Amino acid sequence: MDKDPGTLNKKVEEFLQVFKKGEEFTQELLRENEKLRYRLAQLEEVNKFSDREGTFKVHSLEERLRFLEEENKNLLDRYRQVEEENKDFASRYIEVEAENNNLANLYVASYQLHSTLDFNESLKIILEIVMNLIGAEEFSIMMLDEKTHELAVVAQEGMGPEAHDTIKTGEGVVGKVAKDGESYYREGDPTDLAGVDYTHPLVCIPLKIKEHVIGAIVIYKLLIQKTQFSNMDYELFSMLAGHAATALFSSKLYSQSERKLSTIQSFLDLLKEKQ
Amino acid sequence: MPEYNFLVVEDSPTMRQLITFALKRIPGSRIVEANDGIDALKKLSSQKFDIILTDINMPIMDGLKLVSMVRNDPVHRAIPIIIITTEGADEDRKRGLALGANAYIAKPIQTADLLSVVNEIISGKRG
Repeated sequence: MDKDPGTLNKKVEEFLQVFKKGEEFTQELLRENEKLRYRLAQLEEVNKFSDREGTFKVHSLEERLRFLEEENKNLLDRYRQVEEENKDFASRYIEVEAENNNLANLYVASYQLHSTLDFNESLKIILEIVMNLIGAEEFSIMMLDEKTHELAVVAQEGMGPEAHDTIKTGEGVVGKVAKDGESYYREGDPTDLAGVDYTHPLVCIPLKIKEHVIGAIVIYKLLIQKTQFSNMDYELFSMLAGHAATALFSSKLYSQSERKLSTIQSFLDLLKEKQ
Repeated sequence: MPEYNFLVVEDSPTMRQLITFALKRIPGSRIVEANDGIDALKKLSSQKFDIILTDINMPIMDGLKLVSMVRNDPVHRAIPIIIITTEGADEDRKRGLALGANAYIAKPIQTADLLSVVNEIISGKRG
């Protein structure tokens, strides 16, 4: 098995070349490996930083969300509060409107009551107020005769012939009101129209100048559309008790003084003629 | 601001004043008062009105006659009419509306109700 030394050298030469190439390839692989490690390290670093940044972003977004939720809650609370205030204002507006209307009614009623010194006109105005502003259908105005102590009807609206023209002071509901000077309101439903009872009125208001009763307004029946007395009606009743009384009293005095003045003037004229 | 001319036909000075008081709360309102139907017709012939508010029970010429005359008048037939009366029964209401009134309010009036009806007519919600 002798080998040719030339052939052996050639094979050694080839082997060395292959080995050299292998070495070069291995070195190249090692460099590539180094590069990849470096790249991996870089990516790991970037990734780590991204994680930190992501966590930070999530935190700040959560913070912002909490803040917005809080703000939203505050706005809802404020909205509810404003809504409550609005409701309150609306109900107060309605109250003020009602009060305004009541005052307008009272102003008109008292303005009209004191707009004349004519007794009959005063009576007519009281009838208008009781009918149009209160809504009475059957009612009367009675004046007290201090000599006979009797109340007599001086004006009425819608009343039947069976109504009493005169009532003694202290007699029945109306007479008692004239005697005590206290307003009377019948208990129960004011719209109960089961027969008008002229001895039991719905309402009886004494006409008073200070504590002195000069007459009464007596209501027996309300208009069909009038279902109940309102606060305004009670205000009107108490206004009428004082203002209607002074209006009637002053117009009566004025009429009497006018008559007396006319009589005195006639006497004076007669005396002048005789001179 | 638009101007609204109202004719208030009512024999009771108290009610006239009360209705006028209420109508004055409408911006741009101008109110003319008449004592009865004849007085109202005289005022209608010389002035222009946007709405008539009338009572029924009045001397000389009552409100129903006035409504009927206005509705038969080619010049004034389109003027909206509100009846304001003590007659609150359904048949009275139907009679008033059948004659051509646009609305019917029973006394005692509530200012808010009156203004609500007037505003509906002004805004065209009530024909």
